Amino acid sequence: MSPATEKTPSAVFLRGIWEENPVLIQLLGLCPALAVTNTVENAIAMSVATTFVLVGSSSIVSLIKRWVPAQVRISTYIMIIATFVTIVDLSMGAVAPGASRALGAFVPLIVVNCMILGRQEAFASKNPLGFSVLDALGVSAGFWIALLILGGVRELLGAGTLLGVQVMPVAWEPWVIMILPPGGFLTLGVVLLLMGWWTERGEETEEAVQPRRWPQGVRTEQPAGRVRAGSGGSDGTDRTGGRH
Amino acid sequence: MSERDLPMDEGGGDGGAGPAPGKRQPSPWQLIGTLGGAAVLAGFAIVLVYQWAHPQILAHRADRLRSAVQQVLGDPDSYRPMYVVDDELRDTLPAGADSADAATVYAGFHEGRLAGFAVPGEKPGYQDVVRLIFGYDPREDRVIGMTVLQSKETPGLGAKITSDSSFIGEFEGIEPPLVGVKEDGDGPHEVDMITGATISSEAVIEIINERLGAVGDALRDGASGVAPASAAGRGETARDGGAGDADAGGSP
Repeated sequence: MSPATEKTPSAVFLRGIWEENPVLIQLLGLCPALAVTNTVENAIAMSVATTFVLVGSSSIVSLIKRWVPAQVRISTYIMIIATFVTIVDLSMGAVAPGASRALGAFVPLIVVNCMILGRQEAFASKNPLGFSVLDALGVSAGFWIALLILGGVRELLGAGTLLGVQVMPVAWEPWVIMILPPGGFLTLGVVLLLMGWWTERGEETEEAVQPRRWPQGVRTEQPAGRVRAGSGGSDGTDRTGGRH
Repeated sequence: MSERDLPMDEGGGDGGAGPAPGKRQPSPWQLIGTLGGAAVLAGFAIVLVYQWAHPQILAHRADRLRSAVQQVLGDPDSYRPMYVVDDELRDTLPAGADSADAATVYAGFHEGRLAGFAVPGEKPGYQDVVRLIFGYDPREDRVIGMTVLQSKETPGLGAKITSDSSFIGEFEGIEPPLVGVKEDGDGPHEVDMITGATISSEAVIEIINERLGAVGDALRDGASGVAPASAAGRGETARDGGAGDADAGGSP
């Protein structure tokens, strides 16, 4: 994989798929990833909706970045995202009522998917339109992959079907827990375990184990002032604790 | 979030074409203008999409209701909405009456004769509100069918109230008041509940009992005067006493 600093169109696109996969590596956007992946169909519907919102918001944010003062940028981004979410919610109700009913409140909740605001803040607000769209498409593809894995495993074990088609033998007793919320956590945990194990194996074959890189746009250095603020806060708690 | 957490002013993070570091403090009007402008554009976009989508959403909802009414009344030739206001069955909502005061029912007709009423109802189930519609034959005083319109009950357990054909079949020809039983209920009032989904099954039974308690008298009294075409004055059926003699077992 190319280093995170490299900025070619393909690197920008591919980064979101694996190296910085929003769900499986950055652990962002877990609410939709866990909540609606009890069938492959729901996973696809959620991925389509999220892709639309992410690509739309990244394009607009990238286009207007020059005119948005830093002080109101979060409010502006959220407004843009909320507009796209409302559009996708209404459109799904109009053209895909079944999917809209199945996803229920989780379509409006795309507004608070931190993966989407994260891309605006970390990428689209600093990059030209082309790169921002590529970045959004790459991250969306990563989201698709993660949701399809979760949805596939959960539907297969929890209902014995894939996309509604019976796959497991009829004698298979479905594990109902897999289509309930705990099944989402279990599946995600196992997928992360396998991925960690796979990555570690790959690194052992290289000559040196590389330190894990932070996803692009995440600040790793702690500002000194923040540390002081933190310790001050804990002093405060101690005092409060002493009074009780 | 404090000022030092804002990563905006560093162009270096991505090494790309970031916005110029904001040295100059923007005026309050600039901030209000940005948010206001974005809000106006967002409003236009949403209203445009809404105007396109809303009629279709309403059409889908009507489709669903139509197929549900067809299902619970056994494929009637036609049906039309009627209203129960103050224990009286009416063709139209009286002027001034809020739809919240009135219960909407759907009268279905087979070859010009009343086949029954489809009555919607809702109540909290195990996870969320269960909304259903059931068919009721006022002459025989029987429930003739039930279908769940909306539920978020547990998949594999409570969700069977929407899909389990033997449970749904229990509601064909059953007599109110309905009583849920754990196994092999053969009595005219008995409904076999779904194993592992007692709360969801009971919610369905209670919805039907409650709705019949609320509108059952009006439906039985008004049934004789109901014709397929909405004729003026037809809904104003004379009520010959009898109100309250057949309490359908409303409150749980």
